[in-house]
Amino acid sequence: MGELKRTVLFDLHVGLGGKMVPFAGYEMPVQYPMGVMKEHLHCRDAAGLFDVSHMGQVILRPKSGDLADAATALERLVPVSILALAEGRQRYAIFTNESGGILDDLMVANRGDHLFLVVNAACKDADIAHMRAHLSDDCEIEVITDRSLVALQGPGAEGALASLNPAAVDMRFMDSTAMDLLGVQCWVSRSGYTGEDGYEISVPDAQAVALCEALLAISGVEAIGLGARDSLRLEAGLCLYGNDIDTTTSPVEGAIEWAIQKVRRTGGARAGGFPGADRILEELENGASRRRVGILPDGRAPMRQGTVLFATAEGGAAIGTVTSGAFGPSIGGPMSMGYVAIEHAADGTQIYGEVRGKRMPATLAPMPFRPSTYKR
Amino acid sequence: MKYTEEHEWLRVEDDLVVVGITAHASEQLGDIVFVEVPEADTTVSKDDEVVVIESVKAASDILAPLDGEIVEVNATLEDNPGQVNEDPTGNGWMFKLKVEDLSVLDELMDEAAYNKFIG
Repeated sequence: MGELKRTVLFDLHVGLGGKMVPFAGYEMPVQYPMGVMKEHLHCRDAAGLFDVSHMGQVILRPKSGDLADAATALERLVPVSILALAEGRQRYAIFTNESGGILDDLMVANRGDHLFLVVNAACKDADIAHMRAHLSDDCEIEVITDRSLVALQGPGAEGALASLNPAAVDMRFMDSTAMDLLGVQCWVSRSGYTGEDGYEISVPDAQAVALCEALLAISGVEAIGLGARDSLRLEAGLCLYGNDIDTTTSPVEGAIEWAIQKVRRTGGARAGGFPGADRILEELENGASRRRVGILPDGRAPMRQGTVLFATAEGGAAIGTVTSGAFGPSIGGPMSMGYVAIEHAADGTQIYGEVRGKRMPATLAPMPFRPSTYKR
Repeated sequence: MKYTEEHEWLRVEDDLVVVGITAHASEQLGDIVFVEVPEADTTVSKDDEVVVIESVKAASDILAPLDGEIVEVNATLEDNPGQVNEDPTGNGWMFKLKVEDLSVLDELMDEAAYNKFIG
């Protein structure tokens, strides 16, 4: 493992009392003095500011000058309709591999003359190499290395950002636009990964600290670490790449087939044409043999990543495994997601997770565990 | 109050040894979300795993600090595990141990020694 990288906001985190830990090759704040539980609840009640600068920001520019050519090219790597993505809009996408697994999940925005992508930190080098290998004939691939990325999330996010630019109010969920904040052009999307309304803001490195300080100076805005980010996204039913989806899980197994628009499915005008299409299209028609599900333990003990799942309290073979598990501060109890064999995957099914050698009862439940509050 | 290297505190009350975890330990664990206390009237040996604690970060075991019999447990922790963070040496107590000879506590660290230990 090489030396850990730091984001531009490192000193700010340390100054705020952030506890820095290694994450995806970066030193990132796992929590601040408030602590994971209170940070989580604060984000749900007011507003939280997250440093997500470790994530990759990439611009794809069409060599032809026609954005449709870049969109068509990117559709070779994702089972998502990029051509139908309107200017100023963003959508969730996945890079698939030849065996129908998932290389990464990402956000793609149509920014008029280019596509703006945000990819996971741990995957960004591989994603960039993958795009260079497959898109270079049609696109200039510009890796953004001089901008930070922060997320402002929670019911207070709109008011906080609007105090810097009233145009923030006019955005709706998954809008993406350039916006002046403190005299600096930022790239703002109304999105995030907490289940809350909020924004992700790409800001030039030189102004990132000033922007964060200005946001943190607003009443109700607090810095939130990775610990709370994880419980927030899990309550929202959102996958963490590497835990809940990876190269061995297909989009149908991962229950993210909603990201695959009709036009890319069998019978659609641009059906297939992405890596692993044979398997993914077949699973879209006929289902997969296992599925990602929400799991609510009946007791208070969390069922963490790796917990083996069974259909019965005694005997029988394992039916699946937990891929993420934690305590949900807003739901006031433990929650997990994981994969189970399809015959056990219906909501309401009673299953058992083996915790410290004992099979503990749990019930499959729809996700999100807590309703999301996006401004659609 | 006496302390172990496992970050437990021990306090003698009515000839019983009350056991919990130190403020230092509760801070290191982070917000505690689950505590599983043993059944009362359980005979334990030193270093037996007797309590399971889950924080927002991970699960940890609390070991019996001495040989003895657990005669009372703090069952309120099952519904309100956050007491361990809020009041680790008061309402956050975990169990009471009956030991044959209270003089075994003399070998444990006192507060000054524990503070030095956690340095």
